[in-house]
Amino acid sequence: MKKIVALLPVIFLSTTFLSTGVFARDQIKVVGSSTVYPFATIVAEKFGKGTKFKTPAIESTGSGGGMKLFCAGVGLQHPDVTNASRRMKAKEFKLCNSNGVTATEFVVGNDGLAFSNNKNARKFEISIMHIAAALAEKLPRGGGLEENWLKTWKDVDAFVAGNATGQPLIGLPNTPIRVLVPPPTSGTRDAMGSLFMKNGHKKLGTYADVGKKGAKKLREDGAAIEVGENDNLIIEKLAADEQLFGVFGYSFFDQNRDKVQASIVDGVALNFENIASYKYPGARPLFTYVKREHLGVVPGIKEFFREFISTKALSMDGYLYPAGLVPLSDADFKTETGKLKDFPAVTIK
Amino acid sequence: MKQHKTNTELIAKSLKRRHRKQTRLKYYGLFSVLLGISFLLILLGSITLNGYTAFQQTVIKVNVKIDENHIFGDDGKVSQDVMYATNWDGLAKKAFRKVFPEVTDRFQQRKLSDLISANSGYEIQQMMIDDPSLVGKEIEIWVNASDDVDQFIKGRLNVEVPEDQRRINDMQLSWIQTLKEKNIIKKTFNTGFFTSADSREPESSGILGAILGSAMAMVVTMFLALPFAVMAAIYLEYFAKPGKLTDFIEVNINNLAAVPSIVFGLLGLAVFLNFFQLPRSAPLVGGMVLALMTLPTIIIASRAAIRAVPPSIRDAALGLGASKMQAAVDHVLPLASPGILTGTIIGMAQALGETAPLIMIGMVVFLVDIPTGFTDTATALPVQIYIWSDSAERAFYERSSLAIMFLVLFLIGMNLLAVLLRKKFEKKW
Repeated sequence: MKKIVALLPVIFLSTTFLSTGVFARDQIKVVGSSTVYPFATIVAEKFGKGTKFKTPAIESTGSGGGMKLFCAGVGLQHPDVTNASRRMKAKEFKLCNSNGVTATEFVVGNDGLAFSNNKNARKFEISIMHIAAALAEKLPRGGGLEENWLKTWKDVDAFVAGNATGQPLIGLPNTPIRVLVPPPTSGTRDAMGSLFMKNGHKKLGTYADVGKKGAKKLREDGAAIEVGENDNLIIEKLAADEQLFGVFGYSFFDQNRDKVQASIVDGVALNFENIASYKYPGARPLFTYVKREHLGVVPGIKEFFREFISTKALSMDGYLYPAGLVPLSDADFKTETGKLKDFPAVTIK
Repeated sequence: MKQHKTNTELIAKSLKRRHRKQTRLKYYGLFSVLLGISFLLILLGSITLNGYTAFQQTVIKVNVKIDENHIFGDDGKVSQDVMYATNWDGLAKKAFRKVFPEVTDRFQQRKLSDLISANSGYEIQQMMIDDPSLVGKEIEIWVNASDDVDQFIKGRLNVEVPEDQRRINDMQLSWIQTLKEKNIIKKTFNTGFFTSADSREPESSGILGAILGSAMAMVVTMFLALPFAVMAAIYLEYFAKPGKLTDFIEVNINNLAAVPSIVFGLLGLAVFLNFFQLPRSAPLVGGMVLALMTLPTIIIASRAAIRAVPPSIRDAALGLGASKMQAAVDHVLPLASPGILTGTIIGMAQALGETAPLIMIGMVVFLVDIPTGFTDTATALPVQIYIWSDSAERAFYERSSLAIMFLVLFLIGMNLLAVLLRKKFEKKW
């Protein structure tokens, strides 16, 4: 008897390891962006409760982390779907290809980057030039690049007015720059890098100086404060500190309108209409990628996407609208539903 | 003589000062203890204040009538296809809107429907599956109110701010008032919280899935960590020859006990997932990782317990002709077992509250289905708290607080068990 007890863990381990890789799976596994996560989970729950299939399990890993897992290979130990709040990068596409993974790309809707602060603080009306100047790692001065020396919003105002032609002072307050930003693994950070930082530098006329790579870099002297993938934490911090700003997706702003307000950027307010029309400079599409090799292997993937890419979910009357997902235009929506027939492979250069 | 007298005088003089010093020290100590206790009380108090409302759930009465063709197939039996094809959601909303026949505008109808949970339809569906005889009858069902209504009823939603900044508009407020007057809205005990897994709708989310996930992981941890740790402890105490190698092992075990838990998660990711290709997000792997983490704790506790058994017992056994193994397994181990058990329970309690290593192996996952096996996708209780605290919906805030209360309760329970076992079985020599 004692021998058996002593042998238990050995038996346990050996059976576990010998049976590796052959775990059948009837549950769809989804990884990826924390911005798409709230929408994907709603679809998953409806899908699970309304069909005979299991509810897909969804992990929030960030866009970058999701791509890494998704592209790791074909086989049931790898996820079937990954969400991204930016497009798949060429590098990731190559990784996928080298591991035999091909993907179908769906655009599920639009989102807008909120540049928000406390409801009781002053509402900012700024431009992406100001955001870029405030958060850039380096800025040009006297013919060379220097570590960002701007300390307050007033400094930023003066710098922008001095650099961009025809840009007057807009009277930003003399308060320190402190902005909560998402971590580098997040798609929201990528989107912020291109929509606010890169475009801001371009408009500001500093793009040539900081270069393609430098344009997306954020300063590391404490003015840009990196927080984890926890957007609720950003809201809590904004609610507690009136000088703080935060960058996060529209749905979080929408859910917390009683605590935070979104700045008007380039004269455009953050709302549904301006995101849908892409008037708002922080508007961006949200993506989801499905592994074509797993279609028909894991049951329900096609059905899941028929639920996801449907008017029931994505339209103005759809159930994702109240959650803060900005619907696609009719033409775009038609393109996406067209892909549901044969799930074409995407190529990214 | 004179000298001696001065000494006594000196001592007598300093006595007061020394007593004062002692009193001060006493109060410093008391102050530290009080500080610790007050922090604990503040923590527990704020969690309880935030979480106790989640014990209740606001529900709204709806009268529905399900036509027969809504549920039966052509063969006259409850048909899964028909069941799934039925628009239960629309049915629930339509039934609820009958309370306010005067609302005809489409936009307003939508706002009205928003008062009941988006999952109400599935509640009705489940009811029909459980009891098909209800078909054709007009039934009364209390469906969950939506999370915003629930928060408002519980007084957790600020309605003082302008209308466009809150989740409930003035129209909806007046409807809720009507519901109150008609007495078809009430708060009941939140049973769903204890019988369901996660959900995107706060009002239908629960902790059962997470508790089961945690329990399964703990079983694996227990079965792996305990035998290995006891065997290692016996070897190190009785069989290992004192020397550099043994010292090296000992130092390393002590080091391992201090390694941050996330490192074990990385190890699990590299070894169990990537090398052995075990399924991601499974309690099996979670348990294995947590076992690695608790192993050093249990080894250290077991060695201490074995060492506490007087050598005379072992010597007597050996003297009567018992082998080394017989002496260890039959005589020393039973006497050391209370100590070993205590160490194990404390190690397990540590593992139960752990989130970081589980992130690495994918157990931080949205899961509606309740896990049924060790290789199913599962999550754990602390992870569920983490997920809820990260959700946008305000109502998850109180639910995560309630979940924290349960986690703390489990931890207190386990530690209490450890203390009781020690008290009961401890032998004084």
